[in-house]
Amino acid sequence: MSLIRVENLAKEYVNGEVVTPVLRGVSFTVEPGEFVAIMGPSGSGKSTLMHILSFLDRPSTGRYEFEGLDTSEFSDEYLAGLRNERVGFVFQSFNLLARTSVLDNVKLPLLYSRVKKSETLAKEALAAVGLSHRLDYFTNQISGGEKQRVAIARALVNNPAVLFADEPTGNLDSKSGNTVMQILQNLNDQGRTIILVTHEQETARHARRILRVKDGAILADERVLDRVLAFSDKELVK
Amino acid sequence: MNFFSTIQLVFRTLRARKGRSLLTILGIVIGVAGVIIIIALGAGAQSLVLGQVTKLGSNLISVQPGKSNEKGPPAAVFGITVTTLVNSDIDAIRDQGNVPHATAITGVVQGSGSVIWGNKSVDTNFWGTDGGFPGVMNITMEAGRFFDKAEADGGANVVVLGKSVGDQLFAGTGMDPVGQVIKIKGAKATEAGGVPLRIVGVVAERGSVFGNDQDDQVYVPLPIGQQQLLGIRYLQAINLKVDAAENVSSTIADINRILMQRHRIQREVDADFTIRNLADAISILTTITDALRIFLTAMAAIALLVGGIGILNIMLVTVAERTREIGLRKAVGATNSAVRNQFLLEASLLTSLGGALGIIFGVIISYLAAVGIRTLGYDWAFEISFVSIGLAVGVSILTGVLFGLYPAFKAAKFNPIDALRYE
Repeated sequence: MSLIRVENLAKEYVNGEVVTPVLRGVSFTVEPGEFVAIMGPSGSGKSTLMHILSFLDRPSTGRYEFEGLDTSEFSDEYLAGLRNERVGFVFQSFNLLARTSVLDNVKLPLLYSRVKKSETLAKEALAAVGLSHRLDYFTNQISGGEKQRVAIARALVNNPAVLFADEPTGNLDSKSGNTVMQILQNLNDQGRTIILVTHEQETARHARRILRVKDGAILADERVLDRVLAFSDKELVK
Repeated sequence: MNFFSTIQLVFRTLRARKGRSLLTILGIVIGVAGVIIIIALGAGAQSLVLGQVTKLGSNLISVQPGKSNEKGPPAAVFGITVTTLVNSDIDAIRDQGNVPHATAITGVVQGSGSVIWGNKSVDTNFWGTDGGFPGVMNITMEAGRFFDKAEADGGANVVVLGKSVGDQLFAGTGMDPVGQVIKIKGAKATEAGGVPLRIVGVVAERGSVFGNDQDDQVYVPLPIGQQQLLGIRYLQAINLKVDAAENVSSTIADINRILMQRHRIQREVDADFTIRNLADAISILTTITDALRIFLTAMAAIALLVGGIGILNIMLVTVAERTREIGLRKAVGATNSAVRNQFLLEASLLTSLGGALGIIFGVIISYLAAVGIRTLGYDWAFEISFVSIGLAVGVSILTGVLFGLYPAFKAAKFNPIDALRYE
């Protein structure tokens, strides 16, 4: 059973009389343990595709099966539950809560689930991204790279089936970006499915597979042969 | 998301915006404080009136000279001297065969004058009355006795002092007032020395009734008051006490019949006297205080409404400001109802905070008002009922929920992606 299977997925935005098609019939599958980069220029529909895959948005037509189940039947409440427990999301602009500690930010998804030991889980997730020493810092007291690592910890805290990352290095300098990519690669090496959206070839080459999207359609679905491995950051190990 | 973590979350948000939160709830604070104060003052006024009534004695009827409208003031209020009520009217009413339910009856005149003992002089009010006075006015004696019917009718040279008059003249002298002779001068009296009277008793402390100090008074027999102090031959009022409340109206009818007959009056409209009972006066007073209370309650309701609109406004601003946060919460799994509850709870927490502050201010202000009124000499009770506090809490939470509903539902309906992209 594929983790994700989409068939003829289409999405159009209707604004009054104007209908803007963003996705025009996309089909592919993602297996558990894959590291897929969705690549394309801005306006290509790659972000919309990711939002649909991560249950933040619904397709206009087409079929989306997640873990073998047709998602078109799912209620909003059920989708909220899926976002909470089955997927994690990392944003380009971090989207951390201001005036809130790092630990509390990571605990946020657990607030909406029935998990009991949220403190322990959040600390484990922060340890996995090498931020155990920043638990009580406020989000305005840490660097951009650290913010994105907090966001990754938040995405991981519920042990999701798949981690989505939307331009995770877009707002970072190359060193911090490298650290983030290394964390993603490590997670994938441990078996985590990762779907990454980017418009940079360099970033996409960290993945194992690239889906090239243009004008709402998939141009190419290729294996990454010359895979880039992020350098080992000694800072991270501690 | 459970209730407790929502509360924690909401508290953190409100703490982050202390100044704005306080300003937002100001309307609620004022409204709730208003409700508390109004209810407290209303209860105080009511217990004051009831207290005065018991002090005056219940089932009291007063006959006053001159005709007046049913509920209007007696003619004497307008400075018109009406001389139609005379001493023999008392005797006619006192006859048990005529008015069977009257337990005590007294005729009175009032005036101001000065009381002199030795080299001390005290300005005070005097009552010219008879032996029935203590029974009608619920008077108890601190020392000695009240003058009896024989002394009163005969115009004996006796006097009974009110508590504070006795204190002013005799405190510190170590002398027993009873048995001493004082002189009393009416304001209009022409005699230089005043009328010498022997003190036969001192009345126990009575407090104030409707603003009159009942202790700053002396009581003299009716003929002394009428002829020697005021120089008149008529009565200013006949007061009587009825044995039971249900007999008040029949007694009024009895008195009316007797006086019509004695004054040779055929038609009701020509009556030269007015009969009142205390219950009427109280019901007029109650009507006034009730109207006032409704008016003030309406003002408090308007304050709460304005406060609620303030909440509505600030919650809409809050929802707009935190659109991205709402998007994020939804992205990590918050359901629509979780988001809605968060904002509803935030609004009602704001208003209950306002309610709590309002209760504190309301209680403090009511207490200060009670202290202030007491220093004016009224027996004012400081009462905060649990009903009023419950009402205030309920109303403030309800305001929050009511005015928080629209912003909360608005927030709940946000599409996570649009909300996340909101700038």
